[in-house]
Amino acid sequence: MQCDVCKQNKATVFLTQIEKGKMQKVNLCEACAHAKGVADPKGFALVEMLHGFGHGEKVATQPQERTCPNCGMTQTTFRKTGRLGCGACYQTFGEGMDQLLKAMHKGVRHTGRVPAWAKVVGRDNDRVEDLRVRLEEAVAAERYEEAGRLRDEIRQLTPPETAV
Amino acid sequence: MMKFATLLRKPPEWMLLDGPHRDIVITSRVRLARNLDGPAFPGFAKKEDRTTVMQELQPVVEGLPEMKDGFSEDLGGLDAIRKQVLVEKHLISREQAAKSGGSAAVINRDQSLSIMINEEDHLRMQSIRSGLDLRVAYAALDRVDEELDGLVKFAFHPRFGYLTACPTNLGTGMRASAMLHLPGLVLSEQVNQVIAAVNKIGLAVRGLYGEGTEALANLFQISNQHTLGEREPEIIARLERVIEQIINHERNARRKLVEDQPHKVLDHVGRAYAALRYAHILESKEALTQLSMLRLGSDLGILPSDLGRTIDTLLVEIQPAHLQINSQRKLGPEERDVLRAETLRQRLAGVPEPRPESLQPPVDPEPPVI
Ligand SMILES: [Zn+2]
Ligand SMILES: [Zn+2]
Repeated sequence: MQCDVCKQNKATVFLTQIEKGKMQKVNLCEACAHAKGVADPKGFALVEMLHGFGHGEKVATQPQERTCPNCGMTQTTFRKTGRLGCGACYQTFGEGMDQLLKAMHKGVRHTGRVPAWAKVVGRDNDRVEDLRVRLEEAVAAERYEEAGRLRDEIRQLTPPETAV
Repeated sequence: MMKFATLLRKPPEWMLLDGPHRDIVITSRVRLARNLDGPAFPGFAKKEDRTTVMQELQPVVEGLPEMKDGFSEDLGGLDAIRKQVLVEKHLISREQAAKSGGSAAVINRDQSLSIMINEEDHLRMQSIRSGLDLRVAYAALDRVDEELDGLVKFAFHPRFGYLTACPTNLGTGMRASAMLHLPGLVLSEQVNQVIAAVNKIGLAVRGLYGEGTEALANLFQISNQHTLGEREPEIIARLERVIEQIINHERNARRKLVEDQPHKVLDHVGRAYAALRYAHILESKEALTQLSMLRLGSDLGILPSDLGRTIDTLLVEIQPAHLQINSQRKLGPEERDVLRAETLRQRLAGVPEPRPESLQPPVDPEPPVI
């Protein structure tokens, strides 16, 4: 089904609303749903989108669902509300968020202002990111010796609890 | 600190100044969302944790040099009408007004900066300027952000940026917006095209007053959707470029209206003048519509040029909570419509009749005098 707004993308968000006493159905693509603010404050389409990512794993049958160690937010609640519980939640749930963030934003990586405390750490992280790209390339090209060296370097820069 | 009565009486700085493109852009606003590293976000925190965060943040925010002699209040200490007044003045959000204890608002003396504590995020900071002045609005807020950065530790992730309760605000946590008066595009039925084009490039447009797509008073708010993946100055520059184009479209639409349909323009302005000066019952919707036409009349030379500022003040003063607080009691809708008409008659009493012979198309603004 085509999006009613842009008439280009595939519609993935289906809305029914009552307007002037008449029921209206609107089909939107993710981008238009977001542009129309459907995704915004009450998190309607957001919930849809959240359900969309990471499908395959059924929340209900998971014996131990992912929970933020800092605030206690669970994967189920996060998916239901579309809101995170605290900063540390992004460590817990952040991994699967790229698809969601791609639909919402210009990119998936912050390039703007950085608080003073994160500046030193930030430089290390940029370096780690760079090393990771080179590691992937090395592995793909089967340059295992180089890959091993890069892996050691990454390990040195990322203590396990701050690994991203 | 400043009392609520003073805040109510004193017009905000942006109303007294004439920023760039003031004939079309009423205000520019920039908002930053920030959270403390550690405690749960306000929506998920337990009440006592929320209170702890507020007790930590409120004195820090009050102590900022920008907030000297400002207003600071726990929302639990304000009644519903007072909270609504702050919403109508664009100083706090509707969401925050719905909160009671554990949430506070700190506003600087000239009302150009307001900081909400424990809204959806621990801090929501806003800077507001007259006209199209997003860069200056951002610069003022960036200073505050920098100062706070030295006093508290913000939640931040090297990849995701500033961490927020809702992923839609992630990264810069910045929402920049401008409030545009677009009667020319509405009257010439071009506004939907413009909105569609703007939506397509990742910016959001919504009517300032009214539900859904309705834009009473022909006021539209344009803002960035994306907060992650672009630097703050880039977001602002892009938004500014688009707004400048919309301003040109609006000027062209007005020019064409004056040239092709002068009687239509004069009729709208004349009717607005009559209604606002002589009506005794005015619903909010009609008042907003007519004020928009009066503003257009002033922009096109039919009415005094300094009327725009009065109209921008009135757009706020005829809102329900402002009417009620000025009459110092709760009013029913009919009583409000009577009081609204009375307020408008009084405030516009000295405005001379429209002069059709002075109708002139908009001129592109002169370069600033140095
Ligand atoms: Zn679409
Ligand atoms: Zn958490």
